[in-house]
Amino acid sequence: MEPLLEVKHLTKTFKQNGREEAAAVDNLSFCLYPGETLGIVGESGSGKSTAAKAIARLIDVTDGEIFLQGENITHLRGRALRRIYRKYQMVFQSPAGSFDPRRTLGDGIGESLKNAGLSGKERKRRVEELLFQCGLSPEYARRYPHEVSGGQCQRAAIARALAIEPELLICDEATSSLDVTVQKQVMELLMRLGEEKGMAFLFICHDLALVQKFCSRILVMQAGRLVESGKTEDVILHPKEEYTKRLIDAVL
Amino acid sequence: MKRYQEAAAGRRKGKKNTAKLRLAVFGALVLALLSVSIFAEWICPYDPNAQDLSNALQAPSPAHLFGTDRYGRDMLSRVIIGSRTSISSTLILVAVIAVGGTVIGVVCGYFGGILDTVIMRISDICLAFPGLVFAMAIAAVLNGGVRNAVIALAVVSWPKYSRIARSQTLAVKSTDYISAARLAGSSPAGVILRHILPNIGGQIFVTAMLDIGTMMMEIAALSFLGLGAQPPTAEWGSMMSGGRSMLQTYPWVVLSPGIAIFISVVLFNLLGDTIRDCLDPRNGNRSAG
Repeated sequence: MEPLLEVKHLTKTFKQNGREEAAAVDNLSFCLYPGETLGIVGESGSGKSTAAKAIARLIDVTDGEIFLQGENITHLRGRALRRIYRKYQMVFQSPAGSFDPRRTLGDGIGESLKNAGLSGKERKRRVEELLFQCGLSPEYARRYPHEVSGGQCQRAAIARALAIEPELLICDEATSSLDVTVQKQVMELLMRLGEEKGMAFLFICHDLALVQKFCSRILVMQAGRLVESGKTEDVILHPKEEYTKRLIDAVL
Repeated sequence: MKRYQEAAAGRRKGKKNTAKLRLAVFGALVLALLSVSIFAEWICPYDPNAQDLSNALQAPSPAHLFGTDRYGRDMLSRVIIGSRTSISSTLILVAVIAVGGTVIGVVCGYFGGILDTVIMRISDICLAFPGLVFAMAIAAVLNGGVRNAVIALAVVSWPKYSRIARSQTLAVKSTDYISAARLAGSSPAGVILRHILPNIGGQIFVTAMLDIGTMMMEIAALSFLGLGAQPPTAEWGSMMSGGRSMLQTYPWVVLSPGIAIFISVVLFNLLGDTIRDCLDPRNGNRSAG
């Protein structure tokens, strides 16, 4: 089967005052197949989020290549990049920070539809449908981000990500800032939507328990490098690397 | 503890209420000032340019409330007509530098790269000179006149706005909602117009309001030095300049435009301060944020 996403030797270094700093992501390679749920775990600062942003083409990579459905998207720009954005979406860590404070949730959810050329009336209907799918009533379309709770905001963020029916959803610590019960609800929502729409997930998380529950395969990152990968049960129950063992011990 | 919180809330509320009251008062006064300058021709009691040498340098009297100048022109009428030149040129100047500087700053901040470096170095150069001296040089090269004074001041004053706009853009650009907007397929122009400008507009607006007073002084200063409005155009700065040798003998010739500048600058500054207080997020008075 052809992979949906293929990352080859992805490297991202940040420059400071002209000199190269240590690589945030160093030679990361993996594949993600359609409909699969892949987790990336690791401690803070291990380069998970940088990797997510680089894969989503929000930041430019220093080296390596990213293929989406066989197409090299590493160096796309402008219009071509906006076309490729329609195949994947992202849910961010901070619920309130991922919506423009001066615009309603409905505006935010409908933005991709607007860019796709839908009329106001169609857009409104579609936004309400998306809100309903994510367990929110239509009135939330008129609310501002600071008027709703973190969990509701994150549901709206998921609705926004689903608006253009992506094939891949990148969740960058999407549940980390929510409390445990809301976390569970949001995860169940994501999994239900994943099954209904056959979406693949790239699930970036530092919570091993969540990853164990929802991901079929995981990658373990440390200091920008991939240290271990494999089926979730294998990695968690029989870790080979010292770092993975420490991560697991830290949870239990 | 609870009582303390209530007291703190009460104080905040009190501040917010006076801010609204002040906004109403200063807003009304500034509106009055603006309507004087708009309807100047209908308000002024005499023709501001009509000379009457037999009545030159008359002290303030019921017939001429602010007295007359050395050509016997009525000072009150000249101050009223002068408000049009002074206020309109100030507002045009502030609008030009606020809009122009913001556009430059947002583009630099959003796209970065070489363009950003080059433009920011140019703005460093502008900021390295004392503003008014640089403006004098440019106004002198351009040969005086109100329009050229405005151009000269615009050339030296835009970097302030582009700096603010650039730093604000950099801050907003790194937020998740800009990433989300880009992922939603918005073009750079769409992101800037829909998300960046609305989020940085408040700060630019407050800066512009606070700048009106300063810019009014600078235009008056250029005119005082003979680089702004040319005679016989009535303009506050040039009127003060025309009467400066008579300060000890016929003080009203200098004092009436001087007081007009003073009152307008104070009013615009007070209004600017009040608007800043009203938009301050800590007062919980913003629709968002």
